[in-house]
Amino acid sequence: MSAEHEQHPLFLPLVFVGGLIFGFGLGFSHMAQPEVVLNFLQFEDFGLLFVMFGAAVVTGITFFGIKQFRSTAPLTGAVYGRRLKTLDKNVVIGGGIFGVGWGLSGICPGAAYASLGIGNITILYGIAGMFVGAYLQGYWRSASAESDAPAAAAD
Amino acid sequence: MSLSLSLFALAFGDLFPNGIEHYALGGLFVGLGVAVIYLGTAIPAGASTFLESTLSYASNLSRFQQYHPSRDWRVVFTLGIVAGAFVYAATFQSGLVSSSLHQPATTGEFLEVGGLTLWLTEVQPWRLFLGGVLIGIGTRLGKGCTSGHGVCGVGSASSASFVGVATFLLIAIGVAQLVAALGVSP
Repeated sequence: MSAEHEQHPLFLPLVFVGGLIFGFGLGFSHMAQPEVVLNFLQFEDFGLLFVMFGAAVVTGITFFGIKQFRSTAPLTGAVYGRRLKTLDKNVVIGGGIFGVGWGLSGICPGAAYASLGIGNITILYGIAGMFVGAYLQGYWRSASAESDAPAAAAD
Repeated sequence: MSLSLSLFALAFGDLFPNGIEHYALGGLFVGLGVAVIYLGTAIPAGASTFLESTLSYASNLSRFQQYHPSRDWRVVFTLGIVAGAFVYAATFQSGLVSSSLHQPATTGEFLEVGGLTLWLTEVQPWRLFLGGVLIGIGTRLGKGCTSGHGVCGVGSASSASFVGVATFLLIAIGVAQLVAALGVSP
C-alpha cells in the first residue's frame, strides 16, 4: 500500500471506477437516504440486510476465489490477503460509539459520500461531524501514544 | 398450503414493504466496486479511513500521517463514490432511465434543478452532525465502518469484523428505536 504503487498509470483510474460502481450501488439501494437506514434500524424495512450481506457475499467470493488463480495483484504486486484486524476492546468500544452515531443519524461514511452525490447537501453537516470526530480521536490517541512510548512516536 | 403461502407473502411484505430487488442489486454493485479495486490492487477498500488520511493533508499528528501513503487514492475513491451516486441521480432518480428492478425514493424531498432531480434528507441537521462526530470517533477507534467491517471484513470471514458488525448493528438498533420512542422524527 505504499505510494510507489500509485505510479502504475491504471492505479488511480481503477480506484475511481471501483468507487463509481460502489457509489452507484449505494444510490440505487437507497442507502444514501438516511431515512431508509433509520427505517431498517426501527424494524420497518429490512432491505438493508440484502445490501450489506449481498455486498459481503460478492467480496467474499472475490477475496477467496482470486487466490485460486493468482497470488499477487497486477497493478501493485501486492499479495492477495483477507481484511483481518486484531480483535481487541477497541473494536467493541469503537463499534459501540459508531453504533450510537449510526442509530442517531442513519448515516455511515460511504453512504454519506454517496448522499452528497444524489444532491443531499444537508449531509455536509454529517460529513463535517465525521471529520471533527476523526480529528478528536486522532488528537487524543496521538497524545496518549506519545505519553505511553515517547521513543516510538518517531515513525 | 396456499393459506400458509399467502401468510408467508404477507409477513414477507411486512418485512420488506419496498421489495428487495433494488436492495439486492444495489448491494451487488457495492460488492462489485470493492471487488474491482481488490482484483487490481489487493486492497480491501473501506470508506472511513478517508477521514483520517485526508486529515493528514492538514495535520502532522502521527495518527493521521500513518495514512500518508494511501491518502491520494482514498480521495480518488471517495470522489468516485460521490460521482457514482451522481450517475444514479442523473439517470434513475431523474427518471431518464427506468427499470422494474428500480424503486423510486419514498422518503425525503425532491428538488428539480434543470433536468436533474436532486434528493434531500429531512433528517434534522443536529442528528446528522452529532451522529457524524460519534461516527468519526467510533469507526476510527473500532477499526472500520459498514464497508470496512460490514462488507470487506465479513467477506474476509474476520472475527474482529463479525464482532464489530454485531456491536454497531445492535447498538444502532437500540439507539434508533429509543430516539423514535422519544418522538424525534425525522
